[in-house]
Amino acid sequence: MPKIKIAENTVQLIREICTKYGNEEGELINVLHNVQDKLGYLPAEVQEVIARELNIPVARIYGVVTFYSFFSMLPKGEHPISVCMGTACYVRGSEQVLEEFKRQLKIDVGQTTPDGKFSLGSLRCVGACGLAPVVMVGEKVYGRVSPQQVRKILSDYIIGCPHSES
Amino acid sequence: MTEFKTHIMVCGGTGCRASQSEKIRQNLNTAIQEYGLEDDVQVVMTGCFGFCEKGPVVKIIPDNTFYVQVKPEDADLIIQEHIIKGRKVSHLLYEDPKTKEMVSDSKHMDFYKKQIRIALRNCGFINPENIDEYIARDGYAALGKVLTEMTPEQVIAEMKQSGLRGRGGGGFPTGLKWEITRKSQNDQKYVVCNADEGDPGAFMDRSILEGDPNSVIEAMAICGYCIGANQGLVYIRAEYPLAIDRLRTALKQAREYGLLGKDILGTGFNFDIELRYGAGAFVCGEETALIHSMEGLRGEPTFKPPFPAVSGYKGKPTNVNNVETFANVPVIINKGANWFNKIGSEKSKGTKVFALAGKINNVGLIEVPMGTTLREVIYEIGGGIKDGKKFKAVQTGGPSGGCLTEKHLDTPIDFDNLIAAGSMMGSGGMIVMDEDSCMVSIAKFYLEFTLDESCGKCAPCRIGNKRLHEILNKITQGNGTKTDLDRLRLLGNVIKDCSLCGLGQTSPNPVLSTLTNFYNEYIDHVENHKCSAGQCKALLKYVIDPEICTGCTLCFRNCPVGAISGEKKSPHSIDQSLCIKCGACYEKCKFNAIRIA
Repeated sequence: MPKIKIAENTVQLIREICTKYGNEEGELINVLHNVQDKLGYLPAEVQEVIARELNIPVARIYGVVTFYSFFSMLPKGEHPISVCMGTACYVRGSEQVLEEFKRQLKIDVGQTTPDGKFSLGSLRCVGACGLAPVVMVGEKVYGRVSPQQVRKILSDYIIGCPHSES
Repeated sequence: MTEFKTHIMVCGGTGCRASQSEKIRQNLNTAIQEYGLEDDVQVVMTGCFGFCEKGPVVKIIPDNTFYVQVKPEDADLIIQEHIIKGRKVSHLLYEDPKTKEMVSDSKHMDFYKKQIRIALRNCGFINPENIDEYIARDGYAALGKVLTEMTPEQVIAEMKQSGLRGRGGGGFPTGLKWEITRKSQNDQKYVVCNADEGDPGAFMDRSILEGDPNSVIEAMAICGYCIGANQGLVYIRAEYPLAIDRLRTALKQAREYGLLGKDILGTGFNFDIELRYGAGAFVCGEETALIHSMEGLRGEPTFKPPFPAVSGYKGKPTNVNNVETFANVPVIINKGANWFNKIGSEKSKGTKVFALAGKINNVGLIEVPMGTTLREVIYEIGGGIKDGKKFKAVQTGGPSGGCLTEKHLDTPIDFDNLIAAGSMMGSGGMIVMDEDSCMVSIAKFYLEFTLDESCGKCAPCRIGNKRLHEILNKITQGNGTKTDLDRLRLLGNVIKDCSLCGLGQTSPNPVLSTLTNFYNEYIDHVENHKCSAGQCKALLKYVIDPEICTGCTLCFRNCPVGAISGEKKSPHSIDQSLCIKCGACYEKCKFNAIRIA
């Protein structure tokens, strides 16, 4: 992964968050939640700053970040797409929906399109099982999605060319 | 306080909000102002009603009229017709699928008839963002009673007498757990609420926190009083933003009312609650893993003993209970253990909340007495199988549970019966499957989940499940042999016996239970290379019957990869090398000319 340089004010922001939690190592998960909330993701360089502030090895932070699925070391797309793969959605065909997204976007789960517009992920149960299968694009929830609707959903976010195949 | 004649309850659960219930509330309020009804009618955003299948749901009190699948533009009609003219809006009522009659109110709906709501008592009745409404329904009365009239020992005795068992899946007697933690000597103890609902397809804890957060807060304070703790922690999934919001609001209000904090109700008892956020790890539902996660570590479980009751959060005695367990506590204190233990079966008292989902007509959240049969749940409350298909299996207990079949339909549901039948209660997910569900694929699906979520600490779970998954993959690809089935069973049992924590010990259950109950389906896959449910793509082929095909071109137009060719009005054909087996043509064909071979 190419090394990125983080701006001084970002470092400052991370420091402030760490200070807010008293630079305590027990607060690591809260710190990570806060930082990811602000920056969108947690690249290695950011983890290094946190390690210095909390005075713990960066390996431990890496261990925690990679353990929990909520934390990401890669930036998400402008419109993050999540297909629910909870059991209720699965038995109502969410796997086919996910396959169709993969095919249309030409990316795999966990990846972002080269233009940075969409990223694709799966999640475990939004709790809207009555609407299964469920797809979330950003904060918007689409219910009872069929593979045939995938193109239509994507076109909502591709401004200017409503039904073109991308 | 204004006395409103009519209350319009709008469901504000996650499911209904996803279908615009917030907009419905706004439109109702606009209409109320337009007709000058502000003093008579109040719109309340409540927690989940449970009838998620037909959401968004709007209920009118006092006549209990139950409107389903309401759209924002229906708001004006509801106010004009129902509120002003006193006529029910018939097309928004629920149609009974059997009698085809419109059901005027919730009391007459099959979905609600068999339910007894204890943990969900306030969901759909009160505004969860207003503590006064909780108090009006006996809220915090139990805390008051406990603090002023009872000793901790008396409360624990009452809890033991009630027979309440942990609703997170373990089924450990709650009173006993409290007693053990009370007996641990230490200067600092903790009460932890496990709200890390990781079981995919189960959403009862979230609904309780969204619909009635105060009941959990009250119960945690009661628990704190019993075990001698002044600090509570709620470990909640970061994926539940609405539940987090409502919980925060409730905590703030409880502090303002002096129901949390220092010297609660002037009794000298101190107790406060903090939130800790999960970050998406199923294994954190296990209590030792959860505690490590709260300490900012990887959520890996450790060997028990020592149990958290002796050494938990920061090495101090910690009592961990699940959301639903806590939600039962205030009612037990208010109505008494002997009221509670009359409900349910011999060894499992009270009720259980289930998230009913999958191929069933009434997807939703239900609460039934322990001992209710699966048949009652699926056919009476659940309204039977979707599209009139045939029931095949019901999966309980999530990734740790198993699949039950037709022969288990009359088994009364409780902790022990489900284990005897080869499954388990789990947190209460109940996924119904019909004839189109391939049981081998389902087993594989659950195993994929376990593989993802295994923390990797112990070898049987980390490596064993990987091998199990590979064998299942081989079978669904059509390359399995009969020896593979024996391997599955052998390996599955080894994983069960040797894993460190509950996740590993139960992870082979979906495989083992489907092997037992659907052995013929496995045989069909390995010997005949056939998947009768038509789900294993490698084993199926879509073909067009030239005798039936009319050449309408519908399949041609719907094929996403251009694998179908043919002249208009003459039979079409599918190029198998291009076909991605998405099934779009199969679903679209109006003449049933496309077959799965």
